[in-house]
Amino acid sequence: MRNFYLIFKKELKSYFYSPIAYAVMTIFLIITGYFFYNIFATFSTLSFQAQMNPTLAKQYNLLNISESVVRPLFGNVSVIMLLLMPLLTMRLFSEEKRSGTIELLLTYPVRDIEVVLGKFAACLAIFSIMLVFTLLYPFLIKIYGQPELGPIITGYIGLFFMGAAFIAFGIFASTLTENQVVAAVLSFGVLLFFWMAGYSISFVSSSLVSVLSYIALTQHLESFAKGVIDSGDIIYYLNFTMLCIFLSLRALESKKWRG
Amino acid sequence: MIEVENLTKTYGSYNALKGINFRVEKGEILGFLGPNGAGKTTTMRILTCFFPATSGKATVAGYDVFENSLEVKKRIGYLPENVPLYKDMEITDYLTFVGRIKGVSAKDIKTKVSKVMGDCGITHMAGKLIGELSKGYRQRVGLAQALINDPEVLILDEPTIGLDPKQIIEIRQLIKNLAGRHTVILSTHILPEVSMTCQRVVIINEGRVIAVDTPHNLTNQIQKAARIFFKIEGPAVNVVKELNKVKGVKMIEKKETSNGVTDYIVELEKGNENRKVLPELIIKNGWGLHEMRSVEMSLEDIFIKLVTEEKGVKT
Repeated sequence: MRNFYLIFKKELKSYFYSPIAYAVMTIFLIITGYFFYNIFATFSTLSFQAQMNPTLAKQYNLLNISESVVRPLFGNVSVIMLLLMPLLTMRLFSEEKRSGTIELLLTYPVRDIEVVLGKFAACLAIFSIMLVFTLLYPFLIKIYGQPELGPIITGYIGLFFMGAAFIAFGIFASTLTENQVVAAVLSFGVLLFFWMAGYSISFVSSSLVSVLSYIALTQHLESFAKGVIDSGDIIYYLNFTMLCIFLSLRALESKKWRG
Repeated sequence: MIEVENLTKTYGSYNALKGINFRVEKGEILGFLGPNGAGKTTTMRILTCFFPATSGKATVAGYDVFENSLEVKKRIGYLPENVPLYKDMEITDYLTFVGRIKGVSAKDIKTKVSKVMGDCGITHMAGKLIGELSKGYRQRVGLAQALINDPEVLILDEPTIGLDPKQIIEIRQLIKNLAGRHTVILSTHILPEVSMTCQRVVIINEGRVIAVDTPHNLTNQIQKAARIFFKIEGPAVNVVKELNKVKGVKMIEKKETSNGVTDYIVELEKGNENRKVLPELIIKNGWGLHEMRSVEMSLEDIFIKLVTEEKGVKT
């Protein structure tokens, strides 16, 4: 436990020693802020138009601030996460392998799992900080409207679990190579595939439909954004995360056996 | 303290170690000599539990490196050859991190860090980023992280490489002071370093141990003849002719000439070292004696000798 905490602290600090954390956080907030502004501006324009036009005003969903602002916002944030998370995770093991520091790290009295979980937790902490900054958007919505609090809270829970899954896969990709770019491309590519797995549902045989819709990352975030906490979704993200951490441990260990 | 039995390591089809055996007693400093690719680093990596051996057994402080690797790791300080450190960390932060992870308590860590920084001469660099340090200072930080928890066993892969002469002397003194309390294995190319710091030497080539002894015995055993270097002003042909007449002279090797002064290396038979006669002879002939000194056999010489002897036995 102590070793886990030491590695966690060291990794967290090293995110701030280098400009990575600052760069990723800044870009993340700029882009999400831009999306938020546009979604919110569209919504307020529509509201003005609805004042003049009674038929438009009858379309309940259109003028529901939770449905038209909060939900799309979560969808957009998750896309930006897909693009930026591999950049946070790519160096975690690749850098250690390339510079050789892994040799010292693995000859210290630490277990592999303490190393992997420490790094995972540090990255998750950075991601949580990013999420905390985005709380500004729901706060602004709250000032100018009456959004439902439930879907906002569950939406954040969903983003958190999804972020954990992204990080876990990024770490696994990073244990496979000593090249950071390869690690980033690999995790981006595979996550993107999981993202889009739902697209082909309409073309495949019925037996595959349930599989594809289950493995698609988007389907599971949807219910969170709607305000539903489905244990199935949480289990999906937790499974994804644990599988990736297990694979990372095996990848680290395999180095010992490869001739 | 350290026992290595029949250790082998195979990388794919390449046999890096072909059955290595040696022991290191508690408090001893053992030198590990060998050319590049001899298997020094591989052996050290097995002892530090970085990867397991293909076959064979190695124990450190009574613990098997494979089965009880966590116990072994607690007792080892390791300095890898290229000194991989976190370049984006400050020295004090880094040493605190390593010390804590190696089991130094939060209470003691401050004193330990400042002690080890003093020992390695990096106190005045405390606030610097490791990435900003020169090679020599990085080497010292590497040594400091190996020493931080006062480990029973130190494994140092070429600890003095890349240091300036003054630093080399300091680091050697530091290592020498560790003897008794710590057991040290250090690898090196430099023979004087071994004779200055190590009590015993293991020479290894192509994955095999070819000699184990004290540095002194090794030199004596292998150096079958005394070699003396001369700088003589005079006609080279005559010099060689006259010197060859002296009893005990086995061979004369003529080196380069400049301004009429020629360098020679004279090999004398062991036990018949008529050193006194040679300068007398030179002066008697009216030549100028500019320099005379005995030539120690270098590691390269000993090494080449050992390797060729080994090949000779095989063929």
